[in-house]
Amino acid sequence: MGVHAEGEVQPSRRRLVPLGLRRTVRPIADSRGMTRGLLAAGAAITLFFILLALLAPVVSPYNFDTFEAGGKRFPQLEAPSGDHLMGTTVQSTDVMSRVIWGTRTELKVVLVSLVLSLSIGVPLGLFSGYFGGRLDRVLVLLMDAMLAFPFLLLAIVIAFLLSGSIGKGILTAAVAITVAYIPLYFRVVRNHTISIREEPYVEAARAIGARPFTVIRKYVFFNVIQNVPPLATLNAADAILTLAALGFLGYGIQPTDAAEWGYDIQRAVSDSASGIWWTGLFPGLAIVLLVTGLTLLGEGLNETINPVLRKRPKVKTELTPPGGVAEVESE
Amino acid sequence: MTSQGTSLRQYALTRLALVLPMVFILLTLVFVLMRVAPGDPISAALGGHAPPAVIQRIKHQLGYDDPLYTQYANYLSSIVRGDFGESTTDRRPISDIIKVNGAATLELTFFAMLVAITVGVTFGLLAGRFRDSWIDSGSRLFGIIIYATPVFFLGLMAQLFFGVYLGWLPTSDRASPITQATLETHTNIFTIDALIDRNWEAEVDVIKHLILPAVTLGLVTAGVFIRLIRVNVIRTMKDDYIEAARARGVNERAVVYHHAFRNALVPVITIVGLTIALLLGGAVLTETTFNWPGIGHTLVVYLQNRDYTAVQGIVIVFALVVVLASLIIDFVNAYIDPRIRY
Repeated sequence: MGVHAEGEVQPSRRRLVPLGLRRTVRPIADSRGMTRGLLAAGAAITLFFILLALLAPVVSPYNFDTFEAGGKRFPQLEAPSGDHLMGTTVQSTDVMSRVIWGTRTELKVVLVSLVLSLSIGVPLGLFSGYFGGRLDRVLVLLMDAMLAFPFLLLAIVIAFLLSGSIGKGILTAAVAITVAYIPLYFRVVRNHTISIREEPYVEAARAIGARPFTVIRKYVFFNVIQNVPPLATLNAADAILTLAALGFLGYGIQPTDAAEWGYDIQRAVSDSASGIWWTGLFPGLAIVLLVTGLTLLGEGLNETINPVLRKRPKVKTELTPPGGVAEVESE
Repeated sequence: MTSQGTSLRQYALTRLALVLPMVFILLTLVFVLMRVAPGDPISAALGGHAPPAVIQRIKHQLGYDDPLYTQYANYLSSIVRGDFGESTTDRRPISDIIKVNGAATLELTFFAMLVAITVGVTFGLLAGRFRDSWIDSGSRLFGIIIYATPVFFLGLMAQLFFGVYLGWLPTSDRASPITQATLETHTNIFTIDALIDRNWEAEVDVIKHLILPAVTLGLVTAGVFIRLIRVNVIRTMKDDYIEAARARGVNERAVVYHHAFRNALVPVITIVGLTIALLLGGAVLTETTFNWPGIGHTLVVYLQNRDYTAVQGIVIVFALVVVLASLIIDFVNAYIDPRIRY
């Protein structure tokens, strides 16, 4: 946050790139072999879906709820053919169009839920970890209790409770997913903050009279935030699965408002008895592909950024996982 | 050795003491969640069908017009007494749901866990042993893709292929209607009930019905196992005692099988514990896909009927099961691995 890459960075002016950003980006450029492959494949798949979502009106043959063209109704449950590459559903809608428009829904919900859970979980973890005390203990207990809960169940219950008042929309689904993820960010950020709080440079900052808020903002935040991108990417993958599950159970998005893959699969269950496979296969494959892409990206980021997992090309460093909090980034 | 006994007991007592606040917080969380929601359960359950006077009377009967703290006290005390209430829509005691539908879920999750452990341990060990080989890449890719697959999608595809296309296995319910009618229920766990009566025809039928849902749920869960066991093996292989064994001239096979794998598998117990929450979440979806009359499927039905009391009761049961499972896992771990106790 607050960090922007300078428009065009000339090689000689590299120093202008803020330190926090450079630390995060450098390991990615240094990655090798399988890790790099993971990153590249993940990034490519994710990018593909983002483009698909953005360009849905252009790429998609029809709208997600179009069931006729030129006054003629599409056939019901037609197998994939030249007219409908992925076939049609019971309501005569085009499966391919639903899959493409569904991308938009999934990404929208994931984006909203990520922003919500980050903007609640990260500050909460920072303050709780930095100040400690009674508030910290209460928050930890509460968050642990929430983590102990099967989180799909938590999401279902929240969606169920909200669907009565707010209705079934992007916001309801996003909030349901958010509630399940806040404890995760809280825990990671809090634990990291606690270990960083005791670092000499933070103590030095305190000693010269920096106020707590300044210390958190300038010294703790950037060190803690490094752990967040891999976690957020992996959570985005999880969030898509959760949204699809909510949709499958009928607590996702109102079907008349948008196309959603999980809902489409639920509809396909009743088609399957008569051997109709295309209504379920394509939305399902879309989920698998997008989640795989995000997972690869997250794993790749994790292996490049996390010093414990990172495999360095030449210099061999011995690190013992627990307690090995020592900063490896030597500047 | 006696000191070991005391410290184990001490650990158990401390751990047990920690459970109580956790359970208390979970129960409070459920209570708050269910009351914070706008609208009240009675009007929701009866919809627009009942006249306001009737709704008012039922509300009064069930104590929904009491002040919140009275409701909270009643709620806690009835749970302590083991009374989870009964559903509003069909007046079924929650304890009955636990007994009948819970048994179905237990059966499904048990076999799913077996599948998950078998697949997960095999691929996890192989991937970790042959790090960076094709086995490793393959297992990791399988782990990632299977994790990315929604259990209901895998279930649907399994139904299409094995049920409809090949016609080998049934795609829904716990047993065929004939078995359902003839099988005497002792435990409500059908595989055991059939065994008790030596009813082999029923046993075969029940197992056939179990295969698709259990394998589907098990495979999806296996992804987590593969990943964690792989990392464990890699970490263990770097340990000093492995180096020491090699230095003593122990041959590589023995090093791998006796020294590395055995220690890499200790955390499997922890993983099983961590997976239980995941498995229960997955069970809700698997049961819905395969029309399996477990507790998750029942929950979904009550959610659709907007039955707050039933939802509350089932959610509490889920929470208690997860807490209890993690407690047992911690005890087992402390028993096996003395380091944890200190």
